[in-house]
Amino acid sequence: MNETPLLPIFSEGTDPGPSFLNLLRRVAPDSLQMPQAIPGQTLPFELAHGTTVLAIRCEGGVVMAGDRRATSGNSIANRRIEKLFAADEYSGVAIAGTAGLAIEMVRLFQVQLEHYEKIEGAALSLEGKANQLSQMVRANLPAAMQGLVVVPLFAGFDKRRDRGRVFSYDAVGGKYEEADFSANGSGAVHARNWIKAAWSEGISADDAISISIRSLFAAADEDTATGGPDLVRGIYPLVAVINSEGFKFLDETDVAARSQLLLDGPERGGSA
Amino acid sequence: MSMPFYVSPEQVMKDRADYARKGIARGRSLVALECAEGIVMVAQNQSRTLYKISEVYDRIAFAGVGKYNEFQMLKIGGVRLADMKGFQYSREDVTANSLANAYAQTLGQVFTNEMKPYEVEILVAQVGATPEEPNELFHILYDGTLMDESDYTVLGGDAERIGDALEDTFRPGLSLAEAIQIGAKSLADEGVTLGADQLEVAALERGRPRRAFRRVIGDELLGILS
Repeated sequence: MNETPLLPIFSEGTDPGPSFLNLLRRVAPDSLQMPQAIPGQTLPFELAHGTTVLAIRCEGGVVMAGDRRATSGNSIANRRIEKLFAADEYSGVAIAGTAGLAIEMVRLFQVQLEHYEKIEGAALSLEGKANQLSQMVRANLPAAMQGLVVVPLFAGFDKRRDRGRVFSYDAVGGKYEEADFSANGSGAVHARNWIKAAWSEGISADDAISISIRSLFAAADEDTATGGPDLVRGIYPLVAVINSEGFKFLDETDVAARSQLLLDGPERGGSA
Repeated sequence: MSMPFYVSPEQVMKDRADYARKGIARGRSLVALECAEGIVMVAQNQSRTLYKISEVYDRIAFAGVGKYNEFQMLKIGGVRLADMKGFQYSREDVTANSLANAYAQTLGQVFTNEMKPYEVEILVAQVGATPEEPNELFHILYDGTLMDESDYTVLGGDAERIGDALEDTFRPGLSLAEAIQIGAKSLADEGVTLGADQLEVAALERGRPRRAFRRVIGDELLGILS
């Protein structure tokens, strides 16, 4: 970049439009470089992996949650990693998979959404946002082939339809809208079973929050890569509610109190 | 064979400046005022969809008067520059100062090198993160002249009259509503009152989380102006 950067103004035919990704491709392709697959080789080192995240549709919106552990092989890479992010005012994204790539993908996704909104003067539709994320996951395919998989979970409040919606993805960028809920990561099977047992149409956001904390607890109970509430250090899952008022993280004290309630009650004694 | 006439550089620059000024004077003016909550921008604009004031970054806004397609292009350029910088470095590294300099460079180059100068006057405003941190108002002219203003600034052909009006009415520490009222009043011609449907109003509010920009519209604006 020059000392005094001139405005990126493009002539006809080369304009990247409202896409920040296209802009970067045109102006600073270096900052988009993805790891390329080397055939027949596996990575000679272990990378941090994010584990269990989930999204539950509820009355008037969606609840999203994620545990706080990242693992690297069989050791703990980070015990207070954040895997749940506000994508924009009305949507959230939670990540599972190779943490380093996933966090960068989220950062790019956040800018992509805000950039579109500022250039066009109006935010993308929820479906549009979900499709954008799909393209980013697909762009990561060469890395995924080498084991560096990133699989996000996307959920938000659809203002045009006045309800919450949940989208899950696979490694090739396939986007699947989930009817009611979804979970992702190594502890997802356990979490999903807990949600399935407790979920019903029209549950309140408050109930969905309780279910999300309970199911993360269950996942942590069964899956070593998922972190449970850490009362000693005061580390608790991240939980957010997205409704017509926007994306909002729950206070840590609230999550702590709910986790304590769980430990005093149904999970007391920790039966096998 | 035709002979090209010699035209002195002074004359060329003067003609270009006159041309740009005339274009700008055809449009409506815009004012920006500092207030207790941050910065208020008020423009005379009947359109509800073609904006003169826009969000650029977390605490930075852009406003333009003159030719719509030209300042719109500048706005997009600014958003691109800001988002790229914020992505490649950090959100804190995006400043109105560097953005204003980029605008001044671009406008200056277009003014001297292109056939036709941009018929625009623009504003890059940044609200301080805390009440102690000063706000910044950069006023940039069609030829790249960059001015660092405080308290208030006026963009457009009618700047002198509006500036005089504001000099009498502006005082530091106005509330958001007062600043909007004063701004709207200063834009109106003698004996005319501008209604909510003739004004575009936006604010950079220090107290908002991350994105300080918001539009003041609908019932809120009606309430303030009544």
